[in-house]
Amino acid sequence: MISPELPEGKILPVITAPASVLSTVGDEVDPIDPAVIQLAADLIATMKISPGCVGLAAPQVGIGTQIFCVNVVGHPKAVTTHGAFALCNAKIIEASRWKAGREGCMSVPDLTGDVKRAGRIVVSAVLPGSGEAVTITTDGFEARALQHEIDHCAGKLFLDRVAGAHAIYQRKVYL
Amino acid sequence: MHELAITVIGPDRTGIVADVAEALAEVGANLTDSTMTRLRGHFAMTLICTGPTAPEAEKALEALAGVTTAVRQVEPEASPGDDGEAWVVSVHGADRLGIVAAVTREVAGAGGNITDLSTRLVGSLYVLIAEADLPVGAGEELAQHLAVAASELGVEVTLRRAESEIL
Repeated sequence: MISPELPEGKILPVITAPASVLSTVGDEVDPIDPAVIQLAADLIATMKISPGCVGLAAPQVGIGTQIFCVNVVGHPKAVTTHGAFALCNAKIIEASRWKAGREGCMSVPDLTGDVKRAGRIVVSAVLPGSGEAVTITTDGFEARALQHEIDHCAGKLFLDRVAGAHAIYQRKVYL
Repeated sequence: MHELAITVIGPDRTGIVADVAEALAEVGANLTDSTMTRLRGHFAMTLICTGPTAPEAEKALEALAGVTTAVRQVEPEASPGDDGEAWVVSVHGADRLGIVAAVTREVAGAGGNITDLSTRLVGSLYVLIAEADLPVGAGEELAQHLAVAASELGVEVTLRRAESEIL
């Protein structure tokens, strides 16, 4: 767990595409602003109660800012994991080992798509609450989840990166 | 050798691909390139085959119940047409009339040849993914034109190089 103590989070409704906030570049945030700290907690709380959700970004709850949370612990494709954590103003500073994989999104609930993502990344960000600058090196599924969430903060959906005309799929309902 | 272009469309059901392929095999049709998909529950198959004459293939497919078929004799491919650079266009946004027309017109205007395209309407979200071969160096200007068209349509557009790794 790399996150500092956060307040208790509220469950927020997740919005789905088409919605302009999902395609808008998010504003940078002040990580020690109490509203930002609360949002970090709310994102984590909403992620936790959403079945199969491994990450959630502020634009997905209708707020166009650069903050998101991730938790891939226990996921079969995860290799390195850092627990459940939230990051502000995250940037990818290194990316390598590109690999295609299928991903979905709570904001595009009916489709999945094949997207090439880096299998190893280094991300720089600040933690909500403490404002501490962190550098996270990760791989595998956690790297994919971070890239997906960082894309949300930049107004991008996986649909903007799918590999080709036959790389989107109607989602099967498992749950 | 006759080369035929055949389309088969109808309500999807188990065994429909097998039925089509079998009917064609019985008249000696060799399927070359084919594509089959389900479009909102409709079975849709397009294929090129060689062997029988158009009337022979039509007769073979007549027995299939509940489907619409079309058979046409075509000339063999003139050239592979693999010039240019491969790009992918993604469009997503609220469904409205004319998205495909506007986007593909921009691609055509840039001299781009669309090689594959699929669209999906899920709820109110419309998604278009197209692959296109563009003349070398045409990508940047097309991206600008697509951005203008997308803004008028109120949708999001991304144009990027298609990646192909040969291993």
